[in-house]
Amino acid sequence: MTLTLIMAVLLGVAMVLLALMATRGKRSLGISILSAGLVSLLASVMYLLLAAPDVAMTEAAIGSGLTTFLFFFVLGRVRRGEHD
Amino acid sequence: MALIAMVTGFILILIGLWGALSNRNILRMIVAFAVADTGVNLVLVSIGYMHGRTAPILNEAVPAAQAASRIIDPVPQALVLTAIVIGVGVTALMLAYAYKLYQTKGSLDIAKHTELKW
Amino acid sequence: MIKRLTLILLLAGLGSIFASLTLNYVGDQDLNLTASYYAEHTAKDIGAANIVTAIIVTYRGLDTLGEVTVLFLTAAIVGLVLAQEKSTRELPQRKLPPAGELLITGTRLLLPLILLFGAYVFIHGHLTPGGGFQGGAIVASAILLLLLSHPLQRFSHGLIAVLESVSGVAFVVIGVLGILLAGGFLDNRILPIGTFGDLFSAGAIPIIYSLIGLKVGAEFSSMLVSLSETEEL
Repeated sequence: MTLTLIMAVLLGVAMVLLALMATRGKRSLGISILSAGLVSLLASVMYLLLAAPDVAMTEAAIGSGLTTFLFFFVLGRVRRGEHD
Repeated sequence: MALIAMVTGFILILIGLWGALSNRNILRMIVAFAVADTGVNLVLVSIGYMHGRTAPILNEAVPAAQAASRIIDPVPQALVLTAIVIGVGVTALMLAYAYKLYQTKGSLDIAKHTELKW
Repeated sequence: MIKRLTLILLLAGLGSIFASLTLNYVGDQDLNLTASYYAEHTAKDIGAANIVTAIIVTYRGLDTLGEVTVLFLTAAIVGLVLAQEKSTRELPQRKLPPAGELLITGTRLLLPLILLFGAYVFIHGHLTPGGGFQGGAIVASAILLLLLSHPLQRFSHGLIAVLESVSGVAFVVIGVLGILLAGGFLDNRILPIGTFGDLFSAGAIPIIYSLIGLKVGAEFSSMLVSLSETEEL
């Protein structure tokens, strides 16, 4: 088993566990959003292992960065409305 | 290697669909859709992988004459680039509509939005 | 109970389809016909070192036009759905605390660097991994930093809209020039191909990708500005 195979298996297991925590955890909404962003970041590393550098850069910038920002903007507006 | 990525992608799709169908908070449903989106892109890229070959960029390491025997398939990567950008656009639209729904009813629970039920 | 059972049945059915697909998967040994055509003819015909860029901009340029259209629609619909009436658009009266000293100083230091890095990524799209979409996202994250550190300032939608429209029209004009002067829509041979590996090589690909990068950056910024203007007083 070479190093890349071990890394790929570890990444895969981490992604599945984080996805379970994001969708069905009893925790707060902020932790779910952060877990989804972390799944995107680990997927970007896996794209690099699959020899696709363009896709890795796009997923890291757009999938992991901008989507998490959009979620937190809307979460902030909703929370501020609840406390008023 | 491609098999590990494909299995992970399929499991992510199933988890995302399960989360989208069994949650009651609208924002959690949108998070589940984003996870399923990542899974689909992972499956698509893992199909183009070939063992022992490298990325489709020509430089001193892979000169243009040997390109056809040393690079992997570049077409799935081009498709997934488009898919990622459109995925984030769809997520932004879903979030805008969720915010508007929250403004009309004051709650993010989907059981309270019953105008379309008969 | 019925809902849970149906959900489990649906997921089990899908899981069995996915399992049968995975078990019968046999990877290729050689490149298929399309990929080998792209691999052999990119260096001679297009002159770009990044084959994925050559596919997105010239070989399958119509798909990129469709994607740019979808992004434009998305930004326009988000701006339409979240629009406020004119009366609520003054500066808010309540006191928001200003962003911290660290954030403001860090923004002043980092903003030109991030913009420069984004411009570098989309200008060198045909030589290194990167291109218009990645560079546009980096430019949009610079605008996001500006939004976070000055929460009370109103950004004008006019400048972003003008930048986006001009980039889109220029992109279509270059595509039509390809029909008039060279082989087809978005053909990059309207400018000379040059030597392989230079910055000013591969014909019109740097220009097309820079326009796409500006357009995508302007669209993401407009989405972020629309979402941040939903501040309730």
